[in-house]
Amino acid sequence: MAHRFPSVLRNLLLVTLLLGAVLLAAALFGLSAGSSGVSFSRTLAVLTDRLPADSVAGAIFWRIRLPRVALAATVGATLALGGLVFQALLRNPLAEPYILGISGGAAVGAIIGLTAGLAPFPGVALIAFLGSMATLGLVLFLAAGRASGKDSLLLGGVMMNAFCGALIMFLIALSRNSQTRQILFWLMGDLSLFTYKQLPLLFSVLPCFGVVLLLARPMNLLLTGKENAAAMGVNVGAVTFILLVATSLMVSIAVSLSGLVGFVGLVIPHIFRLLLGSDHRVLIPACLLGGAAYLILCDLLARLLPAGGEMPVGIVTAMIGAPLFIFLLWRARR
Amino acid sequence: MTAGVDVRSLQIAYGRTPVLRDISFSVPIGEYFVIIGPNGTGKTSLLKAVAGLLAPAAGQIALFGRLAAAYGRREFSQTVAVVPQQTSSDFPFTVAETVLMGRSPHLPLWGLERERDYAAAEEAMRFTNVYHLAARRLDQLSGGERQRVIIARAICQQPRLLLLDEPTAALDPAHQVHILDLMERLRREKGVTILMVSHDLNLAAMYGDRLLLLKEGEVESIGPPHQVLTADRLAASYGCPILVDEGPLGGVPRTIPIPEKFLD
Repeated sequence: MAHRFPSVLRNLLLVTLLLGAVLLAAALFGLSAGSSGVSFSRTLAVLTDRLPADSVAGAIFWRIRLPRVALAATVGATLALGGLVFQALLRNPLAEPYILGISGGAAVGAIIGLTAGLAPFPGVALIAFLGSMATLGLVLFLAAGRASGKDSLLLGGVMMNAFCGALIMFLIALSRNSQTRQILFWLMGDLSLFTYKQLPLLFSVLPCFGVVLLLARPMNLLLTGKENAAAMGVNVGAVTFILLVATSLMVSIAVSLSGLVGFVGLVIPHIFRLLLGSDHRVLIPACLLGGAAYLILCDLLARLLPAGGEMPVGIVTAMIGAPLFIFLLWRARR
Repeated sequence: MTAGVDVRSLQIAYGRTPVLRDISFSVPIGEYFVIIGPNGTGKTSLLKAVAGLLAPAAGQIALFGRLAAAYGRREFSQTVAVVPQQTSSDFPFTVAETVLMGRSPHLPLWGLERERDYAAAEEAMRFTNVYHLAARRLDQLSGGERQRVIIARAICQQPRLLLLDEPTAALDPAHQVHILDLMERLRREKGVTILMVSHDLNLAAMYGDRLLLLKEGEVESIGPPHQVLTADRLAASYGCPILVDEGPLGGVPRTIPIPEKFLD
């Protein structure tokens, strides 16, 4: 039967296949580029078992490049999904974990945890989570019950961000090993300090993806307004709570492993909304795969562009994302 | 006989401030029931209470012979659909997607729509004459088209009770009549019970089987239009002289608020 309804299943398959291929290509690029000169063909050789894992090339591949690409992919997916969820919950297309100051709160929490000498998990991750929930609560409180809710939300986020940035530098300045490198890591995001031992913590964000994916339809209904969603059988309070907790948790983990990487949650959902519409059943997988590929490629630029060494990946994402934010703000006000 | 809506001694309060006091009324299945009254008398609160969006401070609401509180969340939204005053969104859903959302209460959490869901959505869109707009985005439509889409979504929900909050407030006279004719057809062809809040006394009189006049959170009068819409009652409720005469259409009362310059 030919009808006018978009086929969710077909879009889903198409998105998964296409973006899966894009992610695979990005990952191969990411795995083959680096200062050590382990080339694309050598990478393939390691992957296809023709080079042993204990060779130099094998060690570089398994211990350095693969964890790094896994980190970029997972953080990218997390941040893109985080943006998508906050945009749906707040019904504001400009909301994003970094812009709202939630990433900043998580970073402050993580630094406090590290300074206190806690274990990365659950100690540091938990305090980072509390930090993100605290800033989230404050930003929501600031924006609640105003006619200009959308703008005061962004304004509250910007101030929260500035405050958290100052706190980050303050805390690092107080600590004994205060290095510029560390400040840069937290403020601009940096994927280079990650080690393969942190992989289990990194992958602990995956269940959060599943939770969000399950709530795709309620998220669609929430976009049309809380009362609309409630009238359509959505338990608005429960869904909102679960989504906020799952998102804050995964963003906190991403932040404690990679610092403040901004605007991924703005750029990726926006591109896919333009291409695919607003159905979260398609948007969520698209943002996961697309966000992963995007941050791998941004990280590639961060590694390849500087003449010597590399730069924090947050510089790349901000140089792409901030102008887009300004453009969207300008368009929304017209 | 079971009623579509049965409200008993309902009280609603925002914090400590009571909005509705001791409201009782009953709407038979298949009736077109209109709630009227001045601004701020709690019309919308009453509608939201029946929609389950506002918890009563006291009293009971029963729908089709069962307490509203006894319904499961999904079951409730399979029974009751709400058309709000206005719908706006920054997110670009298409008309077809919006109407299909009406199937949500009938589908599992992550179920994909099936052929019969598409069929229900198509029928609803044809009913409100928006099928030709199916691929358009909601934010590209006029106010009247958008309201027809939202009504199609409510119809797609296949409710037994339809709650309308001033569905025609932002529309021109032709669109007002068109939308309310649709409601009348829905009631006639599908036996849907309709509960509507309206500011327009003339439309209320023409479409409503019975009216409920609210005044300061209490029921001032319930009954057929010619009983409720009397000059004395309206003047007392609205605090403004209102002329009532027999209208040219089927003897339905016609009301005209009287401007100061015509008073003497």
